[in-house]
Amino acid sequence: MNAKSTCASAQVQDFPNGAGAAALLAAGIGSFMVAFFAILADKSAAIKSLMIFYKPTGPLSGVTTCSAVAWILCWAILDRRWRRRMVSLGPISTIALILLGLSLLLTFPPIVDLF
Amino acid sequence: MDEFNRTRGQAMEITVRSLLTLLHGMGFGALYLLACSGAIVELYRRYSPGSLRPIEVQDERFLGAYLVGMAILAWLAVLSGTYFIYPWYRAVPPAGTTNLAAFPQRLLMASPTTVAWHAIGMEWKEHVAWLVPISITMAAAVFIRHGRNLTRHPQLRNAVLCFVFVSFVAAGIAGFFGAMLDKYAPVQGGQNIQLMSGEKP
Repeated sequence: MNAKSTCASAQVQDFPNGAGAAALLAAGIGSFMVAFFAILADKSAAIKSLMIFYKPTGPLSGVTTCSAVAWILCWAILDRRWRRRMVSLGPISTIALILLGLSLLLTFPPIVDLF
Repeated sequence: MDEFNRTRGQAMEITVRSLLTLLHGMGFGALYLLACSGAIVELYRRYSPGSLRPIEVQDERFLGAYLVGMAILAWLAVLSGTYFIYPWYRAVPPAGTTNLAAFPQRLLMASPTTVAWHAIGMEWKEHVAWLVPISITMAAAVFIRHGRNLTRHPQLRNAVLCFVFVSFVAAGIAGFFGAMLDKYAPVQGGQNIQLMSGEKP
């Protein structure tokens, strides 16, 4: 091992986990927003036409732009609140993973058609 | 060799749209899928709380750069797909058009044996693919922020690992349907680019 190399045991600090938790929860919310906006655009003609931000791409442009904006906003807000804190990761990671699982299911067209 | 001699004087061409579709799928998408296994193995093996091998600075930097590279690939794949390929795919033919070869969505919808490739395949692909850049950007950001400290936060590391795995599944779904859609209704058109040309005999 060279002089620059350092070991995990020596260098690992008691780092606040708030920033990581904020990124994690925001990613869960952002993923869920993709499914949420896609369902809204699919079920309402008015929202579908509102979601056309770029005509050649159609409503997909609005669905993905709104989701990305919601994700970034959530991330910025949560990061500002949690970045210097130790937060309880159990419930946060559970919620984030549930939202991610739901977004995977709710983008599947046969499931969307059940609504 | 005989086959090569027979084809002398013929060219190998590709259209601009086909080339960009290839770049989107094989360049960005397939490369992302290949990269996923490396990230999953590294996060699982090296950053587990019980990992015996020390994490060196170079290893940490490498994985950080690797995840950022994956995030760039994911964004390039979804943005090129959404804003270049998809408009060509969903182009509406002028009234009275009988040859739908240049209108992939309409071509698929014209036959009961291919309509589900659009109704399920493309409808799922266009949305599920967006979970990929969101997930991997988060993974890269968390890793850059926490690095080796992830060994101290196993719940965070496990959740990041799950997101990377789901991004792999989502990219696989998008890649599978992308390949099948391009098989049944390829995106074509635009200028021809000559890749190779043979001499006339």
